[in-house]
Amino acid sequence: MLLVSVNAAGFLGLSYEFRWEILFQHPYLGWLVEGILTTLKLSALAWLQALIIGVLVGAARTLPWRFLRAIGASYVELFRNIPLLVHLFFWYFAAPEVLPHAFQDWLVAHGIEFWSAVLGLGFYSGARFGEVFRAGIQAVPHSLIEASASTGLSTVQSYRFVVLPCAVRLLIPPLTGETLNLLKNSSLALTIGVAELTFMTRQVESYTARGLEAITAGTLIYLALCLVIAALMGRVERRLAIPGLIARGITPES
Amino acid sequence: MDWQVIPDNLGFLLKGLAVTLQLALMAMVLSFPLGTLAAMARLARRPWLHWPAVLYIELVRGVPLIMVIFWFYFFLPIATGRSLDNFTSALVAFIIFEGAYMAEIIRAGIQSVPRGQVDASLSTSLTTLQMMRYVILPQAFRNMLPSLVTQFIILFKDTSLAYIIGVIELTRAASIVSQREIRPFELYVFIAVVYWVFTFALSRLSRLLEIRLSHRA
Repeated sequence: MLLVSVNAAGFLGLSYEFRWEILFQHPYLGWLVEGILTTLKLSALAWLQALIIGVLVGAARTLPWRFLRAIGASYVELFRNIPLLVHLFFWYFAAPEVLPHAFQDWLVAHGIEFWSAVLGLGFYSGARFGEVFRAGIQAVPHSLIEASASTGLSTVQSYRFVVLPCAVRLLIPPLTGETLNLLKNSSLALTIGVAELTFMTRQVESYTARGLEAITAGTLIYLALCLVIAALMGRVERRLAIPGLIARGITPES
Repeated sequence: MDWQVIPDNLGFLLKGLAVTLQLALMAMVLSFPLGTLAAMARLARRPWLHWPAVLYIELVRGVPLIMVIFWFYFFLPIATGRSLDNFTSALVAFIIFEGAYMAEIIRAGIQSVPRGQVDASLSTSLTTLQMMRYVILPQAFRNMLPSLVTQFIILFKDTSLAYIIGVIELTRAASIVSQREIRPFELYVFIAVVYWVFTFALSRLSRLLEIRLSHRA
């Protein structure tokens, strides 16, 4: 256990005495760990939701059917242009209002905060993932789609077997960026009472009155999580990258 | 549902909207010079300029905005020795946060200027600073105008986070009215529409600029 008190008064000219050992004491360490786990669980579920919405919306916006394109575009414009905080408040405060009372009570008893946060974050990020998928699909050369059509594949089949597999390989870097955004955005769940990492950081702060230590810990943990996810996505990218194949995939049409 | 709650409290909500706009505009204007400096520092070859800029940009971009807001909420009173009002604290956090994102946009803009421009201006014996001021930055700013509008849209939405430290901007105003009148559905739908109208209009502007600029190029 760290029992070092660093007096920063002389260092930055501040009248503040750092007491980092607070972070490793019971129960504060446990709170931070709980917060990390909740952040990861929340982000993972919202990520899955956003990925499914993203593929559907992204694909819909590139299809040759005007009706589906319009639906995809409307979804993106509607969900991307409203602040995430308002999304969360809507799912937490407003949406349950229109449900029957019995169902409301059931929700409150079963962690409505967490599921509102998953839904809100998932729908919001879905619009952003959708834009990533649209760009990825549009980066697949049109000749590839024509070639698959000429071999007798239907549009759905050509998306399933040709377009999406190529697109996924092209869009991993921007998808990594959006995934990190999602992780960082999950911190907003604190506003509706989800005990995720930022919430727990605040809680440590209010119990110990050691604001700077608590926030430093939270900041470093977020940085570490971002680095780990970026590294994981980098591995996936290298795994999927089949040299040759991709080079051919993104050759511009001549 | 009773939508009468909106006109009844419209004055208060509009005051919130005014704070939101003020916060977004001031943060945008003030983070621009910071972003420009950070971008130029990051592109500089001198390590004592380059590495602090990399550290600032990557540190801020790796952390949620809420964390940055809390940072300044707790740090500024200690650093300045007196308590600041919530608005100033939020504004400083937004400037520092946006500055890092702005820096990356500006860096991309600078790097989009053809290399020949650098060679040409150096061959006319301009100093590096003069070259930036008269040759590179004017072209870079034109290229990044659409990205800047997009960033402003993000910033405009992000100002809702000032809610957390008690700034009465649009979201906090709606939440106050909602708690008093117990009408969450009407109020949150209303502010969703207000935010949407602004951001949608701005995103159209961004697209228009993109088309304009690509025609000129």
